[in-house]
Amino acid sequence: MIVAERKPFDEVYDFARRHAKVLVLGCGTCVTVCMAGGEKEVGILANQIRLAARERHDTIEVAEHTIERQCDREFFDEAVSRKIHEADAVISMGCGVGVQYCVECFTEAIVYPALNTKFFGATIEQGEWAERCGGCGECRLDLFGGVCPVARCSKHLLNGPCGGSSDGKCEVDPENTDCAWQLIYDRMERLGRLEELEDVIPAKDWRSDRDGGPRKVTREDVKL
Amino acid sequence: MTDEPNIIAFCCHYCAFTAADLAGTMRRQYPTNIRIVRLPCSGKVDVNLILQAFLDGADGVMVGACEPGGCHFIQGNLRARKRVDYAKRLLAEVGISPERLEMYYIAASQGPLFAQRATEFTERIKQLNAEAAAQAEEVAQEASGEAT
Repeated sequence: MIVAERKPFDEVYDFARRHAKVLVLGCGTCVTVCMAGGEKEVGILANQIRLAARERHDTIEVAEHTIERQCDREFFDEAVSRKIHEADAVISMGCGVGVQYCVECFTEAIVYPALNTKFFGATIEQGEWAERCGGCGECRLDLFGGVCPVARCSKHLLNGPCGGSSDGKCEVDPENTDCAWQLIYDRMERLGRLEELEDVIPAKDWRSDRDGGPRKVTREDVKL
Repeated sequence: MTDEPNIIAFCCHYCAFTAADLAGTMRRQYPTNIRIVRLPCSGKVDVNLILQAFLDGADGVMVGACEPGGCHFIQGNLRARKRVDYAKRLLAEVGISPERLEMYYIAASQGPLFAQRATEFTERIKQLNAEAAAQAEEVAQEASGEAT
């Protein structure tokens, strides 16, 4: 899923105070799971804006709404459309995709981001999420025993480890970050495939990553 | 804000609520401006419940929970502790003193302790209200001084 976290309140309030009526719009998918921008977080942010407005003698009317996904046009239904049109601005608690797609669906609306979108990650435990995929466009997890050096090695090394690996940790943040190449080595050893690591992996074609410009996937067979 | 503050007390059914009841049975006085909301467990306390209480006019919110190790649902009180700490941060962000929110561990048998905590907390909120009123007056005086 896409993992995000809420922006500092002052930054969000600075968006809200420019308008008389704002809609705090949540997203029911990834950011609900990572507890950053779902229905519950919408309620908290909306109440925080109301309380801050009262304390600072600002007049801001705050509406709340959460849709299933902000990255799919079909979920911007009549109910949310009406609320967006009634508001002077939208504070989107979707990820960066949701904010942009809201703008694309409602071209006249002013839409502000309430979250900082971080990465594609997994839930390690409730309250802790970690990066697992870099979205490079050409998955080679088969070569590395299912541990991704693109997303999890600080240098994205396909032929590692580097000299910064110590006691299984990465020199970038030895307290919190495992060396991806230690993980790959341990995994390949367990699988009995260590000798494969002697192969030199050729340079990756990074055009499939963002270096080839913004990407798009088209499937003619499923188009309506 | 009046002299008598509005205080909401979210109390666990198994401890603080029973303690409040016991305080009454023991004829221990505690401030009458406290409005008790009985919850099945302090773990039911949600951050937004606390924010909503302030939005609806509460001057202070207290949460009454079982002592660590004494929760009927094992760790609801420990979860409440984390949520109260988080809610304090959210209140500070909007400009409300986190002192207006407090969590107390009060066992069912501690009726006098409930009365004591309720009295202490009410005094604290009265003090905060007085400070806020003085500050507001100062700002108003400065504004009128600038106008003339």
